Amino acid sequence: MTDHASPQSIRTEAIESLLIEKDLLTADAVDAVITTYTERVGPMNGAKLVARAWTDPDFKARLLTDATSVVEEYQFEGGQVEKLVVRECTALDHHVVVCTLCSCYPWAVLGLPPAWYKDPAYRSRIVSEPRQVLAEMGLNLSESTQINVWDSSAEIRYLVLPKRPEGSEALSEAELAEMVTRDAMIGVAQVHLP
Amino acid sequence: MTDHLFLLDGETAPPMANGEIIFEAPWQSRVFGMAQSLSQTGHYQWDEFRAYLIEDIKDWEQQHSAEERGHYPYFDLFLESLTRLLNDKSMVARAEIQSRTSAFAERPHGHDHVHDQGNGHSH
Repeated sequence: MTDHASPQSIRTEAIESLLIEKDLLTADAVDAVITTYTERVGPMNGAKLVARAWTDPDFKARLLTDATSVVEEYQFEGGQVEKLVVRECTALDHHVVVCTLCSCYPWAVLGLPPAWYKDPAYRSRIVSEPRQVLAEMGLNLSESTQINVWDSSAEIRYLVLPKRPEGSEALSEAELAEMVTRDAMIGVAQVHLP
Repeated sequence: MTDHLFLLDGETAPPMANGEIIFEAPWQSRVFGMAQSLSQTGHYQWDEFRAYLIEDIKDWEQQHSAEERGHYPYFDLFLESLTRLLNDKSMVARAEIQSRTSAFAERPHGHDHVHDQGNGHSH
């Protein structure tokens, strides 16, 4: 991290304050752009994998057995996916990813980790009481669904293949990819029809 | 939503990793967000901004040897491009930006920054 008080940081702040005073810009609009880039552009790589797995059984089989080589073929930029493992959610099995030690995360397919992923509370509680934590995050799973928690490390990164939503049979691969969220690929949400 | 997502490519592409733009400090994401937001709200066409950025990148490359170019300060140039464009469009004069910057720089140490959401890579 660059020092907050770097000349560029101060000049940026000055420009933003002037633009806001002149009613040319709002801080919220700037936040929205940043959110789009950090939460949509990166995770779209993972979403493409998920949508293809939903529509192409052979691809799905390969993704579940050897995600690392599948991702290599896609040539997403950057590192951090030396070893990627994909876990498939079913009615009986749910998967959720954490990094208990720090914040290991498959950047290449999910972009930047969300702030809560690094939060000590998430990192410890998702292991000790996953059902409760998921419920707090808005994901209520049936008691009959087993929850599997996967601990990312420097060596292995996990990606969750969420359940394909019911009623999505008519959608194209691209339309499906649009629905897949970052949170669903971490395993703290499900994919819903829009 | 995707229409404006990939407007920076080729010579104006920002530093990327994993399909993600690398912001090394919060100000970098702020200046990026401002430039995009102003174009989305019609204050200028994105191509106008892009032309300024291309110019600043070319200037920088001409002033630096090939060895020095490994780590070119993309967002420093981005900030300069936005400053020039705002000035040329009479949106915010360069002099105004300079005096506000000086005023902010003189704030007491430990000033609490408003925009502090970090998005540096933690690894």
